[in-house]
Amino acid sequence: MKDRLATVLLTLIAVIIIAILFGLLGFILKNGAAKLNWHFLTSPPDLLNPGGGIGPQLFNSFYLLFLTMAIALPIGLGAGIYMAEYAPDNKFTQFIRLSIEVLSSLPSIVVGLFGLLVFVNLTGWGYSIIAGAFALTVFNLPLLVRITEDAIRSVPRDQKEASYALGVTKWKTITTVILPAAIPGIITGAILASGRVFGEAAALLFTAGMSSPDLVYSNFDLNSPTSPLNVFRPAESLAVHIWKVNTEGLVPDARAVADGSAAVLVIAVLIFNIGARWFGRWLYRRMTSASAS
Amino acid sequence: MNETILHDTIISTDDLCVYYGDKLAVKNINMEIQRNAVTAFIGPSGCGKSTFLRCINRMNDLIPGCRVTGKIEIDGLDINQKQIRMEGLRQMIGMVFQRPNPFFKSIFENIAYAPRFHGTKKKADLEVIVEQSLRKAALWDEVKDRLHESALALSGGQQQRLCIARAIAMEPSILLLDEPASALDPISTAKIEDLILELKEEYTIVIVTHNMHQAARISDETAFFLMGELIEKDITSNIFTAPGNKKTEEYISGRFG
Ligand SMILES: Nc1ncnc2c1ncn2[C@@H]1O[C@H](COP(=O)(O)OP(=O)(O)OP(=O)(O)O)[C@@H](O)[C@H]1O
Ligand SMILES: [Mg+2]
Repeated sequence: MKDRLATVLLTLIAVIIIAILFGLLGFILKNGAAKLNWHFLTSPPDLLNPGGGIGPQLFNSFYLLFLTMAIALPIGLGAGIYMAEYAPDNKFTQFIRLSIEVLSSLPSIVVGLFGLLVFVNLTGWGYSIIAGAFALTVFNLPLLVRITEDAIRSVPRDQKEASYALGVTKWKTITTVILPAAIPGIITGAILASGRVFGEAAALLFTAGMSSPDLVYSNFDLNSPTSPLNVFRPAESLAVHIWKVNTEGLVPDARAVADGSAAVLVIAVLIFNIGARWFGRWLYRRMTSASAS
Repeated sequence: MNETILHDTIISTDDLCVYYGDKLAVKNINMEIQRNAVTAFIGPSGCGKSTFLRCINRMNDLIPGCRVTGKIEIDGLDINQKQIRMEGLRQMIGMVFQRPNPFFKSIFENIAYAPRFHGTKKKADLEVIVEQSLRKAALWDEVKDRLHESALALSGGQQQRLCIARAIAMEPSILLLDEPASALDPISTAKIEDLILELKEEYTIVIVTHNMHQAARISDETAFFLMGELIEKDITSNIFTAPGNKKTEEYISGRFG
């Protein structure tokens, strides 16, 4: 009887969660649907007249995500491997663990202010993509370390024993047995982190900045302010754009632009999630039963 | 077959003790294990069989707080010396665990893994090794058409033979088997037992088992452990028909343990 009750209750909670999710998604997509067209996605915003788009912001978001992951993933992986396999069980390790906890619970606006101080002012980079990427790295590193550590720890112990018993060294065991088995977990976790990066606004306000130059997509000169790839130019991201348009938008269609941007943001995160999950599974299959080559 | 007296020692221990923290788990073991014979370790749960077995390839090194004192020699070489290369030692000693633990890789990769690490890089050579090892483990016919599929898709018994093949592939001279058949059905168990009898021509085999019949069927010598001590070790037929120690007799006849 108690069992039945618990089952019903838990099912109900699950249903409520799903309902909230789909309600929210439906609401956002319905409001933004009107704006979902090629013009909106590719053209730059217009500060005075209706009909502006979000092209540069969309690009900036992806570029920021890419740069952040390029910086944070190697560090997070390395630190996670260290914490799971090498860190001795002592006071210093506990201290590292505590630091990671604290870092991960810092509000993102604080991380943003720290980024302003260090990556924007101290380095002299000014509002720039690179400053934003470093701020997001600080913001996400704790999560990535924990994800990697957990994924590695959840690889069954007997895998490791089997490899050691074959005379294989620790490092080789980590790279050829443990990491491949941990990859799906790491990828799934990295998606979570990516979602956070993609939707993050507060940490970017004072680092990547709240404006974006008009980008010339054919400009590959990394020093030119209009080159999309220039990492030292300011770069307003999609999430920041939503915030800005909502708070200080002057154009008559500000509300619609914000709704459209939100819809794009949500769709992008969804696509990204599903795609990365699929990629993780594919990678797992490749790594676990690849042929000899 | 149990009648022959063997005297070609490959492994010998001298007052070997193992501590987990402060707890003495294996006490002053002096034992000689014969080359190309099957030696069975029997005894009640927790008496230190696995612990002793894991001294032979130094797997206890992996357990934090585990300490080994005394001496253990393989072919006269003290393996607890600092200079011992662990990769070399473990290449010489294959180990199979109680629960089958194939890697999350293809059948081929499971077996090619150790030889590749120990220096065989050419694909053609690896293919030969994989086939030979699988044949020796009596698994070839069952898996030859799906070498590149995941090893996890095999049955438990097949997985355990794969683990034996994986150990054989690095051409060890000693095989350590820690209850290799305890998680398997009778048919798979019989296959493993047949396999052990065949492998003993080439390898020195040490097997831990809780199954008295198994020990009697496949081993040449049997060692009886109790509470971390070696009570006695003798030719298997002696142990099972005329044990020297009363406790051995009691254990074998099922009066405790
Ligand atoms: N990792 C460990 N840490 C602490 N104590 C351990 C550890 N492994 C084993 N022991 C202890 O050492 C003793 C011997 O254990 P061991 O596993 O060698 O017994 P066993 O004879 O193999 O038993 P079984 O037949 O159940 O496998 C036991 O008392 C056990 O509790
Ligand atoms: Mg045991």
